Amino acid sequence: MTTTDKPKLTRKDFQSDQDIRWCPGCGDYAILATVQKYLASIEADPANTVVVSGIGCSSRFPYYMNTYGFHTIHGRAPAVAMGLKVANPDLDIWLVTGDGDSMSIGGNHLIHVLRRNLNITILMFNNEIYGLTKGQYSPTSPLGTRKKTTPMGSVDRPFNPLQLALGSQATFVARTVDSDPKHMAKVIAAAHKHKGTSFVEILQNCVIFNKDFYSDSMDRSVRADRTVDLWPGEPMVYGKERDKGLKLNGFEIEGCSASDADVWNPSTRSSAPGVLLSGITDIDGMPMPMGIFRDVEALVYDEAVAAQVNASIPESGPPPLKDLVWGGETWEV
Amino acid sequence: MTSNQEPTKGQKPQIVDRVVIRFAGDSGDGIQISGNQFTMTSALAGNDLATLPDFPAEIRAPLGTRAGVSGFQIQFSSKDIHTPGDEPDVLVAMNPAALVVNLKSVKRGGILVLNTGNFKELDLKKAKLETNPLDDGSLEGYRVIPVDVNARVKEALADSPLSAKGKERCKNFYTLGLMYWLYSRPLEPTLDWLADKFKKNPDLVEANQTALRAGYNAGDIHEIFNGQYEVPKTSSLPPGTYRNVVGNHAVAMGLVAGARLAGLKLVLGSYPITPASTVLELLANYKEHGITTIQAEDEIAAICAAIGAAYGGALGVTATSGPGMALKTEAIGLAVAVELPLVVLNVQRAGPSTGLPTKVEQSDLFQAVWGRNGDTPVPVVAIASASDAFEVTVEACRLAVQYMTPVILLSDNFIANGAQPWLLPDMDSLPKFPVNFKTTPDDRDIYSRDENGARPWIIPGTPELMYRIGGLERDQKGNVSGDPENHQAMSHARDEKIRGIAKKLPTPEVQGEQQGDLLMLGWGSTIGSLTRCYEKATEKGHKVGRIHLRHIWPMAPGLDEIFARYKTILVPELNMGQLVVLLRSEYPQHKFVSLTKVSGQPFLTSEIDAEVDRLLA
Repeated sequence: MTTTDKPKLTRKDFQSDQDIRWCPGCGDYAILATVQKYLASIEADPANTVVVSGIGCSSRFPYYMNTYGFHTIHGRAPAVAMGLKVANPDLDIWLVTGDGDSMSIGGNHLIHVLRRNLNITILMFNNEIYGLTKGQYSPTSPLGTRKKTTPMGSVDRPFNPLQLALGSQATFVARTVDSDPKHMAKVIAAAHKHKGTSFVEILQNCVIFNKDFYSDSMDRSVRADRTVDLWPGEPMVYGKERDKGLKLNGFEIEGCSASDADVWNPSTRSSAPGVLLSGITDIDGMPMPMGIFRDVEALVYDEAVAAQVNASIPESGPPPLKDLVWGGETWEV
Repeated sequence: MTSNQEPTKGQKPQIVDRVVIRFAGDSGDGIQISGNQFTMTSALAGNDLATLPDFPAEIRAPLGTRAGVSGFQIQFSSKDIHTPGDEPDVLVAMNPAALVVNLKSVKRGGILVLNTGNFKELDLKKAKLETNPLDDGSLEGYRVIPVDVNARVKEALADSPLSAKGKERCKNFYTLGLMYWLYSRPLEPTLDWLADKFKKNPDLVEANQTALRAGYNAGDIHEIFNGQYEVPKTSSLPPGTYRNVVGNHAVAMGLVAGARLAGLKLVLGSYPITPASTVLELLANYKEHGITTIQAEDEIAAICAAIGAAYGGALGVTATSGPGMALKTEAIGLAVAVELPLVVLNVQRAGPSTGLPTKVEQSDLFQAVWGRNGDTPVPVVAIASASDAFEVTVEACRLAVQYMTPVILLSDNFIANGAQPWLLPDMDSLPKFPVNFKTTPDDRDIYSRDENGARPWIIPGTPELMYRIGGLERDQKGNVSGDPENHQAMSHARDEKIRGIAKKLPTPEVQGEQQGDLLMLGWGSTIGSLTRCYEKATEKGHKVGRIHLRHIWPMAPGLDEIFARYKTILVPELNMGQLVVLLRSEYPQHKFVSLTKVSGQPFLTSEIDAEVDRLLA
């Protein structure tokens, strides 16, 4: 290394001086560390990076990042990010949200940012609970969830966040988990590289109000047998012995031997395979699919908006104000 | 008209100094087009004018019904005028419903031009009339001019290749031609407009132009009227170059200018809502000026996008009406908390809830000044008229960037759609207010304040100045703080910043008597009625003054001293009395009398005159 070389960035370069106020053991710590390490690894410019968030535990994220950050209001982060990106298209914008913020109060903005395909990366922390308001069920809590506001069990069916995103024509949809930093790192890297809106659901443990809700699939002891990692060009194979597989049979996903497993392709014309796979979680004996469910290209909103404006401005620059104000029919008095 | 005398046949046109015409018909009859054409032609003829478009919220209500009546009133004059007029001298009614809905406001002895082609049994039934007004005596005392417009247009367009329906659609130009003849107006501006408007369809140009000429010639040849009138050019307007403008158009141009004077990009986030939508439509067509528009998924997203744009260093703007303002409330609070500039336009309409979407009211004043959670001060400025809109919009932009604050810009439906001649500003003399983003590190905190109390504006992308902002209370450095003393200090700082705006505002001028029995105080679109009433009171020999407030919050300095010079201050408003509450709380030592109207219509001057007379009796 010569003296003129810039020193390599480390995670520290992305840590703010603020004390982190998440509960000890919260899954958010692992996500924060993964994002910081990832940004350092790609030599991201902290000054060109912005984290926009809504409200909830997850949305305190910007305060802990030594980048630009905007902790906005409940559910509205996608709309703030849209204005920011349109005003300043060169910024690298990350949107951090939770299941309450994005699936409930901000549902409208989420589906619209996905359909517009704004070039940002969305990290949706899903702990299936309202944490910051101290433990009410959320729109992703399973049917029958007994919490403070549902003493007899919830009776409203939960959203499947992946299917919501796919139905909103999202161009990149993925799922990972806070307890598997390696997987999280590769999913986040793929999401960030994608051009357009990337939607990443991160299963995240709330140690206080919904501890270990995902243990049945995610515990280290069972993870290999109970999850399948969907990766472009890889066969859908899983199990400790890598002996089990999944394949498409007509309109259903079926279990099969590893040798019969289909090769996963998240870039098919239809998003239907991703929808089918994201729906097998609730079927006995089927693994929880992780990884990338969708990865396609489409018109990017902020680019298209800028292109129209730039194409309209004459080469000599915007016309004088007088042309506008004094235009039309005028007369003298 | 100042003269009720009929002009004499075959003579030169009789000169009159002001005329009020109301065009009325079905929503689909092209009434607004006729009105706008008459307005443009009168403006080019050098008249002062004011208009009042009055249409239903429904796009095409059932034909011929009272609910479907669309109206357009114009007053044009050789003198300085301020309102669209109390009572039309002429009503052009395309069907019985348009006649009955509007008859009560027409001046006694006025002219009724009635399209008798639409006064058949079925038409009367649709208008819920038992008898035909043409022969039941109900029109006694008016000069009825019956014209079978349907038949005349059909004859005139006998050779046109248009379908029967297409021909019928030209009838508004026939009646417009009649009015052009009656008031000695040239046809050329409308002929040119038609040629341009339908340039892709020469048959339409030809048919409409023929209908216009046929109407004009009918006046001339068939002697439908006894003779012509003429309203000479006005000489009382200040000299200069004028154009005709409606409020929303002037606001759109003001926003482009505001951004340019600040040296910023403009990003408008908006969601269509009556009567503000045309601001979004217009700005979407100003891309050559570097304007970016976002039609957001809802009102909340619209303002949040504008806030995001402001964080990114653009002039963020959102445009809406009352119900949309309600939805934006939380986001305005965020902009106050993070101290980012923002212009929030509210084109007021009658409320509450959906209310009367196409009618005028000034009832969002409380909402603008106070309608947020927490102590959340926001400056509020109000547009008075279409010709005032450009300047006030630029003022809103200036306050936003110089004080790093959201600014609420109030307009209303009457201003938004009403037309006025506008004395065009000298563009070179518009004061610039360039924004200086903070770009270099120093020891000042994120929430350090300049002489205006404003924090520095740092945009993402600036090296070494990374900072975080948010809606949680924060300390000077921008870090989250729950410290009680800090919250007290920050609350005061926000409040002092906004109150401090007043220090640099000019004291509004009083028109007329500088002291005396009565001061007439107005805000917003009542300025025309108040000015006319002030003139009438002065003509009667009353000692009255008139003042208009552009800055609703904070209020300009010097008002206390002005108020002290009058026994009574009359505050007419198109609401249940909102500004008057603010005035009474700020200046409790003075006597304010409230005059209110909430019918969805502007004040008639006669309504204010009566109150002035009562107070001075």
